[in-house]
Amino acid sequence: MASIEKDSVSGQMTTGHEWDGIKELNTPLPKWWVWVFWATVIWSIGYWVVMPTWPTISDYSRGMLNYSSRANLGDDLKAQQASRAKFTAMLAATPLEEVSKNKDLLNFALTGGKIAFGENCSACHAAGGVGVAGAYPTLADDEWIWGGTLADIQQTISHGVRNEDPDSRQSEMPVFGTGDPLDKAQLDQLADYVVSLAAKAPAAGSPGEAIFVERCSACHAEDGSGTAALGAPALNNNLWLWKANAKQSNKDVVLAQVTAPKHGSMPTWAGRLDAATIKMLAVYVHSLGGGK
Amino acid sequence: MSIFKHHAKLETNVFFLAVGILLTVIVGGLVEVVPLFTIESTIEKVEGVRPYSPLEQAGRDIYVREGCYNCHSQMVRPFKDEVERYGHYSLAAESKYDHPFQWGSKRTGPDLARVGGKYTDDWHTRHLINPRDVVPESIMPGYRHLLRPLDTSTIQANLQTLAVVGVPYTADQIKNAKADLVEQASSDSADAAVAARYPKAKMGDFDGNPKVVSEMDALVAYLQVLGTMVDFTTVKPESIRR
Repeated sequence: MASIEKDSVSGQMTTGHEWDGIKELNTPLPKWWVWVFWATVIWSIGYWVVMPTWPTISDYSRGMLNYSSRANLGDDLKAQQASRAKFTAMLAATPLEEVSKNKDLLNFALTGGKIAFGENCSACHAAGGVGVAGAYPTLADDEWIWGGTLADIQQTISHGVRNEDPDSRQSEMPVFGTGDPLDKAQLDQLADYVVSLAAKAPAAGSPGEAIFVERCSACHAEDGSGTAALGAPALNNNLWLWKANAKQSNKDVVLAQVTAPKHGSMPTWAGRLDAATIKMLAVYVHSLGGGK
Repeated sequence: MSIFKHHAKLETNVFFLAVGILLTVIVGGLVEVVPLFTIESTIEKVEGVRPYSPLEQAGRDIYVREGCYNCHSQMVRPFKDEVERYGHYSLAAESKYDHPFQWGSKRTGPDLARVGGKYTDDWHTRHLINPRDVVPESIMPGYRHLLRPLDTSTIQANLQTLAVVGVPYTADQIKNAKADLVEQASSDSADAAVAARYPKAKMGDFDGNPKVVSEMDALVAYLQVLGTMVDFTTVKPESIRR
């Protein structure tokens, strides 16, 4: 170890380290850096005082500002509610059927409904409510399984379909063909009739019609127009919920549904979304297909 | 300032350096970690959080195995945009039985902390088999292979292990683990014993195939319980606000 000495060229001290005659300078940290360092130390003392910092035995110091991200959120949400208060109050006070009479309110409901639909409903009913063939109903037409009035739509959104919610829409299509006196030939005749019904050319007087009237018309109505209160869809049109693709023949779809009925289900939204959001959704969904 | 000049003595002696490092880590660790165990507001007290049922736990293990956490977080942060989109912000208590946590920080897909009850079992099954069948723009991979039967042979040991690390599974719950798992996934059951051991557990066949208890059943059962244990209609925000 060489001695610590003053370097004649730079005028700084050496560290005393020397390798093969090369000595190491002990260059001090730049002044600005040292000042910034001490400034951060002083800043941290201020931080301890104003912000929650130190743990105690079972609690912690709150600091002079008593900062809490959750309290902040509460304030943010209150501010947001306040900024929407004009329309949310109006929405709450306006009966569902009369929302469309106030253009500004209708705009508010449609915009809010569209956003809520995108986050909550479009996973099944797809963007714009076009639905998924063979799985989830289209909302952008005027065919409504559980009714298409504003009140019907609001009820369906609030409580869903066939779920644990006691107020949810419930119904069950019976199984035909097993444990039922309909034999294969009769099922065939029935399916043929339903297909003709859907093509709007019902085969009047056919054996299928007699079976339909006897077994199906209680829910689907004699003319096949369905009963919304029972969730029995109309059969006298070409809108098929359970037809997944064009390759499936209409008759196969009918036979499958008659012998092994599929039942759609929809979650309940009343606990998850607030009343205002459900109301906006009802207005938006009603607007998609014109509703009823 | 002369005290700082002696650091060379500490730094050039392996023994003193090791002792110094150890002391620094111990003190730093104690100060940072110990208060989390003693401060009462670290985990808020809320009603309703229970250990996962065996089926849900099996689903959780599949969730971890398949790396769902690579794209999905499970934490609604206390920001208004997140609360507006997903619902009430996540509470520490809601993941207190999670080993390991799935909070995450990467959201290629949406947050799943409150996905329970949001969609139907049927939707989850379709979506997991091929996400694009229901969400055309999705970039999530398909998980058709989850339709294979679930290996239930390890569930009891699984619960036992979790009990060791602090999940309060009772002897009764551990003993009946396998039976409860199968029971919960059977479509025609409304078994009171399972419901008593795991309140509000969703019963039924989740994947549309009642003949097999599949990995899909387990994963969907897990997804359907996420974020549903605490009833936020009865929780007062002031009581859990820190």
